[in-house]
Amino acid sequence: MELTGAQALIKSLESEGVEVVFGLPGGAILPVYDPIIDSSIRHILVRHEQGAGHAAEGYAQATGRPGVAIVTSGPGATNIVTALADAYMDSIPLVVITGQVATAAIGTDAFQEVDTTGITMSVTKHNWLVTNANDIPRIVKEAFHVATTGRPGPVVIDFPKDVANAPMTLYWPDHVDLPGYSAVRTISSDSISAAVELICAAERPVAYVGGGVLKAEASQALQAFIDATGMPVVTTLMARGAFPDADPRHLGMPGMHGNYAAVIAMQRSDLLVALGSRFDDRVTGKVADFAPDAKIIHLDIDPAEIGKVRRPDVAIVADARGAIEQLTAGVLRAAGGPIPASKIAAWWETCNTWLRDVPFTYDGKGDVLAGGPLKPEFVIEQLRAATPEDTILVSGVGQHQMWAAQYWRFNGPRTWINSGGLGTMGFAVPAAIGAKVGRPDAMVWAIDGDGCFQMTAQELVTATSERIPVKIAILNNAYLGMVRQWQHMFYEERYSEVYLSPDLPDYVLWAEAMGCVGMKVTNAEDVLPAIEKANSITDRPVVIDFRTDSMEHVYPMVPAGLSNDEIRVHPSQTKPA
Amino acid sequence: MSTTPLASSRRAVAHHLLALKVENRAGVLVRIAGLFARRGFNIVSLVVAPTGDERFSRVSIVVDVESVPLQQILDQLSKLVNVVEIREIAPDAATERELLLATVTVEETSRATLLDALAEVGGIVVDEDAGVVTVMVAGHPDQLDSFAARLDSSAIVELQRTGSIALPKLD
Repeated sequence: MELTGAQALIKSLESEGVEVVFGLPGGAILPVYDPIIDSSIRHILVRHEQGAGHAAEGYAQATGRPGVAIVTSGPGATNIVTALADAYMDSIPLVVITGQVATAAIGTDAFQEVDTTGITMSVTKHNWLVTNANDIPRIVKEAFHVATTGRPGPVVIDFPKDVANAPMTLYWPDHVDLPGYSAVRTISSDSISAAVELICAAERPVAYVGGGVLKAEASQALQAFIDATGMPVVTTLMARGAFPDADPRHLGMPGMHGNYAAVIAMQRSDLLVALGSRFDDRVTGKVADFAPDAKIIHLDIDPAEIGKVRRPDVAIVADARGAIEQLTAGVLRAAGGPIPASKIAAWWETCNTWLRDVPFTYDGKGDVLAGGPLKPEFVIEQLRAATPEDTILVSGVGQHQMWAAQYWRFNGPRTWINSGGLGTMGFAVPAAIGAKVGRPDAMVWAIDGDGCFQMTAQELVTATSERIPVKIAILNNAYLGMVRQWQHMFYEERYSEVYLSPDLPDYVLWAEAMGCVGMKVTNAEDVLPAIEKANSITDRPVVIDFRTDSMEHVYPMVPAGLSNDEIRVHPSQTKPA
Repeated sequence: MSTTPLASSRRAVAHHLLALKVENRAGVLVRIAGLFARRGFNIVSLVVAPTGDERFSRVSIVVDVESVPLQQILDQLSKLVNVVEIREIAPDAATERELLLATVTVEETSRATLLDALAEVGGIVVDEDAGVVTVMVAGHPDQLDSFAARLDSSAIVELQRTGSIALPKLD
């Protein structure tokens, strides 16, 4: 079949099973937008290309399928670089197609020309500049293969306008020929045996679960592994939901703002079983003082993660699911069944003391209706209580993100979507839109900060016009709250450029201008009714402006660069001896 | 002119030789160089050349393995989709060669000294003009180092080295 390059691109996306793309047209990508009219693919017109990228990320995180975005050349491409960097840090499969000036114009500083492959090289798994229309199906197939296999990540296809207009004969390759790329990992039985030996011998083990467990759809396998070993579990910011918060073997989230029990259990452990986690600096604190007595089993699909931060005693380079299943089988075989609870009973007693003595807390917890400023943590508790179990929660970056990760009770995989590694403010609104598009059956709430909301709120116009009924809870403390907290704690309360104002903009008017229902809540007793009203609205987006306490800090906190042993707990608490 | 340029370019740091087979595509070198820059790996020298098979090129890199573990460099490099094969060769297991070209001013009195030093490392004169010669030395980088050290630094007009290429030693 004789087609143009642009038609071949859309056909190739259809062949890859793409159902939705997020995008915004422009000059260089115009030829690609014509065949979209005739395609089965749903195109969602965003208001800014960064929104297309984050929406594609939200879609990918909610569904496990690659997110796809189409933007034009030049500023279209540079506007989506933040989302590419975000996806690269959090290993999210994205395929981003960027328009490019005609090949003859490349290098001439043509209108809306940038070196897209050069700019995106360090924030993608790989990128392609298409120079021949006949290459299109091959490159599309390669791009999806690279984005979704091994450690997932974003890729870019840069698509010059003349290539889009050039004739080609359509085909669909039956395999990918990339001699330098292999995602297949064979699990070494030696490393499994060595790991099993360490697990069976451990007296103070902790399973340190990262986002790789979610990527590998390994939550069930993790359950079985914990059933077999009985060891405490911590789930990182990227892994919230990989193991149910309600399970008593879950110590919660580790890291800078993690549960005291999770942070300290890792510090005191004699074995860390790192499953799809990468020893991020927000988890380790000062690396030299991190878990000093722990032997390390490090399971990761990316060999470059092994030993990057901490040299493991046993390395397993593999997809998490198969490897965890083998570990479980190995433990059951070696121990003749599950490891007896008595083996680590003393350790559990210690962990449970930490859990009991230093829970997450805030002033007035349990007695908020008595008055005082509205506490952000209370809003999240109310939201969790009033929304369905399988609600997908999305957040931006900052204090509200940490409170969401702390106070939400996660019960299953792919119910928590946030920007972990890059820390991209403004992530929540577009990512929530992408998540709702991918999972229209699920309720999608975003918890956002007022600073974050102002960065990408315009995508609510997209949500209204495309009938994507997401719900946004702004925890409006009138500050860039996390920066304010650091200035309070580490800069002698010298507040520099962090005040935003609670009333400017008027969030209710702004929401309504974008076709959403807007509400404002200032009192604790109005929180639940507002949430219930929002839950009942299913035909348009809802924004609730919760006026929360500006002075509230996130606790616990490990100050940056210090050992996790220096963790600071809520002022009402004392650290156990 | 200051001290002899490139005389001790690499011997000061622990180094390792990498021979990469890469796809012969636009931008491959940028991907490799960009990776080294972004991850803070140091390149001592880097040589690119075509191979017999036009689909591939050979990139020979001498890397500093003092600041970053070799394994991390290998693992990151192997994630580049266009890098097809990585061979790493420890310095003592490598047959390693490099080329040096130097243009040197000569006077009647210094000419013999230069030619002696050149003969000792099997070098030759490849160009000559009034009062200047261009010499070429091909050999192990250590030999090039010692030859360069013997040159009178004030006599060196220009000196260039190619960086190493290497193959594994035969048993």
